[in-house]
Amino acid sequence: MPPATMQIQEISAHPGPVAGQGTQRAVEVCKYIDVTTCIGCKACEVACVEWNDYPFRETTFNNTYQTMPSTEWNYWNLIKFVEHEQDGNFMWLMRKDQCMHCEDPGCLRACPADGAIIKYQNGIVDFQQENCIGCGYCISGCPFDIPKFNPHTKKVFKCTLCSDRVSEGLEPACIKACPTGCLHFGTKEDMVQIAHSRAHQLKTQSGFANAGVYDPQSIGGTHVIYVLHDVTQPELYGGLPANPVIPPSYTYWKWLAKPAGLVMAALGVLAVFFHRVAYGPKLPQPEPVPIVTEHPDEVDAARKEKP
Amino acid sequence: MSGSVERFDEKARAAFGRHGRTVVHRGELLRHPVYTRVLHWTVAIFFVLALLSGLAIYSPWLYRWLTPLFGGGPMTRFLHPWFSVGFTIAFAFQFVNWLRPMRWTHNDSRWMKRIKAYVTNTEKTEPRDVGFFNAGQKIYFWLLVFGTVFLFITGLVMWFDHLTPRWAVAISYVVHDIAALALLAGFIIHIYESTAQQPGTFHSMIDGTVTDDWARSHHPAWHEMVTGQQRDRDDRG
Repeated sequence: MPPATMQIQEISAHPGPVAGQGTQRAVEVCKYIDVTTCIGCKACEVACVEWNDYPFRETTFNNTYQTMPSTEWNYWNLIKFVEHEQDGNFMWLMRKDQCMHCEDPGCLRACPADGAIIKYQNGIVDFQQENCIGCGYCISGCPFDIPKFNPHTKKVFKCTLCSDRVSEGLEPACIKACPTGCLHFGTKEDMVQIAHSRAHQLKTQSGFANAGVYDPQSIGGTHVIYVLHDVTQPELYGGLPANPVIPPSYTYWKWLAKPAGLVMAALGVLAVFFHRVAYGPKLPQPEPVPIVTEHPDEVDAARKEKP
Repeated sequence: MSGSVERFDEKARAAFGRHGRTVVHRGELLRHPVYTRVLHWTVAIFFVLALLSGLAIYSPWLYRWLTPLFGGGPMTRFLHPWFSVGFTIAFAFQFVNWLRPMRWTHNDSRWMKRIKAYVTNTEKTEPRDVGFFNAGQKIYFWLLVFGTVFLFITGLVMWFDHLTPRWAVAISYVVHDIAALALLAGFIIHIYESTAQQPGTFHSMIDGTVTDDWARSHHPAWHEMVTGQQRDRDDRG
């Protein structure tokens, strides 16, 4: 539970405004990962598990150095190892996979539980497990397949960008542990600048013509950015989506059509009430009483004269 | 196969009739037997529980009001699919029970043409060809049938979203809500018509009987079939 010093910018499924939103001048943080200098030592994986006090999970061997197939509810940080051959060249790609802390987080958009997912003004997206109802919508809303479900407690977990450390002015645990310095932490502005100069260096000095910064604008940018040898093929790096998007159904449906549906239902109830007031009920009608008289012909004649 | 389904329905009706009872007073007709009444209220209770628990998750504005009813957010999310399963099963039995009287006829198409007169209560009684259920009731029934199918399928896709593809969950997210809203609209009208709008109707689903006048006014063809009395003329009030 992070201390109150971090100002909240957005709260999932929160009717009404966020108290204190926009009152603080907060600097956006960013984790910059230089994939080209990663050696796959996994110090960051260990540091993450240690800092968050989780026991080590059983590893899976699938013929690569990868610790397990994907991140898990208690393993938030995973180096993805990909052996890639192109034009006779062999490249051993290693990408640190974790939550991207999107500017427009799909998990937060999809979440129906008030306060289960929050975004701080510094850009960190954090799960508040005490408010989580375990519906799994965040899993469907995330373009990076990051949130992971704990089947026993029915809560979802992911990388917190060490919000508890950042709020105390420390760098995240993974950054502290990295021995090569390929992990950097600072303001988004600074990190983007450093990343671009590194990408430029790769293009001009190292012959990686397609080197670039991965900071997808399709979800408004992320607070975790990569420098890749080939930014035109992010999928090579263990399934990094080229154009991550939140399904439009989550945004427009939830915040446009849903309130409209509720309003229509409320109007319907009112309409029904006013219908009763205006038009009254349909009362059972008594059986028409037959007219009994000594002279039935007169009755028939009288009936026929009626319009 | 339809024969065995009908036989099951008859057996169920007979079994419930043996254990329950309906008292028909003088001047009254039997409208809904024990089996129908028990089924209807089972369906209704599951429907309302599924509706309220679903609305809690559907709308952030209702979340904080409705989740306490079920014991909090996680419990609401857990119970909603189970209420819905109960509803689907109970409604399946009701579908079989009411399939025949709910068949659409050309009388019903004609009834739809005078919907404006019906809604504005221009006439005091229904036309003579209105049978056990009128066209409006049949529309609600079939809306429920198709709505339930859509709700069930999309509900399963979302309930097991760790097994279903993302695009299917995203579509189900929308379709499930549209179907639920359509059923909610029908539900509002259904409650209204059977309580405030047509006195005597609610009683028919509690005690199973209606007055002779009620039957002759609202379902004259059914009244004629049961009593053998032809209604004299259309009383246009």
